[in-house]
Amino acid sequence: MTNEERILTDEMIAEIKAFFPRYPSLQAVTLPALHVVNKRLRHVPLQAVVEIAKLLELSPAQVQDTLTFYGFFKQDEPHGRVRAWVCRSMSCHLRGADELLEHMCEKAGVEPGGTTTDGALTLEFGECLGACEFAPCVLANETLHKCVTKEQADEFVESLE
Amino acid sequence: MAEFQPVLLANIDKDDSHTLRAYESFGGYAGLKRVFGEMSANDVKELVKGSGLRGRGGAGFPTGLKWTFLPKDYQGPIYFCCNADESEPGTFNNRILMEEDPHQVIEGLIISCFATASTTAYFYMRYEYPLAWKRMQAAIDECYEAGYLGKDILGSGYSLDLYLHRGAAAYICGEETGLIESLEGKRAWPRIKPPFPAVEGAFRKPTVVNNVETAACVKQIVDRGSDWFRSIGVQPDPDNPRDPGSFGPKLYCLSGHVEKPGCYEAPLGLTVNELIENYGGGVWKGRKAKAAIPGGISMGVLTADEFDCPLDFAGPGKYGCLGLGTGAVVVVDETVPMVDFLHNSCQFFEHESCGQCTPCREGTSWALKMVNRIKAGKGRLKDLDLLLEIADNIGIIPGTTICGLADGAAWPMKNAIRKFRDEFEEYLKRTNPNGYMETDPVPILEIIGAH
Repeated sequence: MTNEERILTDEMIAEIKAFFPRYPSLQAVTLPALHVVNKRLRHVPLQAVVEIAKLLELSPAQVQDTLTFYGFFKQDEPHGRVRAWVCRSMSCHLRGADELLEHMCEKAGVEPGGTTTDGALTLEFGECLGACEFAPCVLANETLHKCVTKEQADEFVESLE
Repeated sequence: MAEFQPVLLANIDKDDSHTLRAYESFGGYAGLKRVFGEMSANDVKELVKGSGLRGRGGAGFPTGLKWTFLPKDYQGPIYFCCNADESEPGTFNNRILMEEDPHQVIEGLIISCFATASTTAYFYMRYEYPLAWKRMQAAIDECYEAGYLGKDILGSGYSLDLYLHRGAAAYICGEETGLIESLEGKRAWPRIKPPFPAVEGAFRKPTVVNNVETAACVKQIVDRGSDWFRSIGVQPDPDNPRDPGSFGPKLYCLSGHVEKPGCYEAPLGLTVNELIENYGGGVWKGRKAKAAIPGGISMGVLTADEFDCPLDFAGPGKYGCLGLGTGAVVVVDETVPMVDFLHNSCQFFEHESCGQCTPCREGTSWALKMVNRIKAGKGRLKDLDLLLEIADNIGIIPGTTICGLADGAAWPMKNAIRKFRDEFEEYLKRTNPNGYMETDPVPILEIIGAH
């Protein structure tokens, strides 16, 4: 395979291999490897699965099996530059999470799970984000937005490029 | 009894509490040094066993006893997993420890690993905690730098590696054998037990899985002694020889319809009323409470008349709930229809069932479909009995599933429908006046048919 066809960069491969000494089996590096790829590509295409499997001396089916178990990894297309989870579990639900998600979807012009046409935002519901004292909360990439009002949600959506 | 002073949360509001420098200035790692200087692994095991510490992750299994299930004088590797996959709705106590006092957790872990002769520990953290991830990683790096982790820790001859492992947003990874499968790179399908992880766990080797708060408690027990720990909480029930008591402080999470949601430390045995009134500032907006979850949504639900329920390991069970769980109390005010409560609960478990066992996969999914239909104004009285039939037949307790996720799905269904049956019936009659008495199969199901 030529470099042009390859999806995993040398940098990604080095990062994945750095996990090898941590575990007694190569298969245990599956999740770390998927995270390495997902962090950069915002999805894990099937070709990347094949290449990860080769690195970990597994069948691609084994990696694919694990990947599909976690709804977390998208495969067909990248998620937005910001991936936001609006928590919908009980504590947030009791403090208006459903209305918040609906409001944000309307503001961003997407259905739950959808990505804006400019690729700036993927808006999804999330199950309990473990920030129940700040309900309703939204986790956008690495940033936790606490006690989010509709006005703050508007500002957040408008701030995205 | 003098007013209880927080121990686990004593330092979280201090400047830079997450750094090694601050932690050492509070006396951190002195306990570890004393362990290496004065104690054998067995001494630590006995100390923790004697303290009566029970796991804080939800099941409440005695920690010291769990450690003694490891094979004696085992020559191969023993793995230690710290369960930081906290995902139970309403629960965030581990997040606060990891974000604000990660070294307290790490010190407890090093001591626990030393006691169990583990030399490799995996810290399995849920994906949704980016700040906790950064703080834990920084704390681990500081520990390697300072010689608290790595080879020959503090010249003791004992070596330990601690690795962070990141989950991918799946609730089931908090079940200890689901966690192990996930760690191994597979789908997080819980294993049939026995064998228990202490005999055959991660990578088919003996393994201990302990919760984050449990590790922090171990550190406090080493510092303050098992008598101190046993002086807090609830003594064993003299009428129940199998009750090991509920000792020590607990981190209670309070959220939902209260004025001041938050994580509060109190002796085990605090009542729901005390938590809401003394810590949470009462029910919000001057309203009345209708119900509360006693310890994470899996534990079921208490009516407002049951708020004298003590939050110790035996308390919620006396009120028809599953148990103490994670000690996460979620308060529901009088304006919330219980149908909405039940719907949210069913929605969660339908989404998080791992799909391995048919009763859970199908049961949670059909329960949600039925509650959806009820919410859409097409519910029948018979649906309540069908929902109860599902709830009574999925889980470890009826013996139909491998893990307890289905019991957790079932309990809010059973409690909500049995404790609030009048409200459900009134809702059905009001929203489906012409059809609530119907008992024939729902037509669409006949059209689709089976097979």
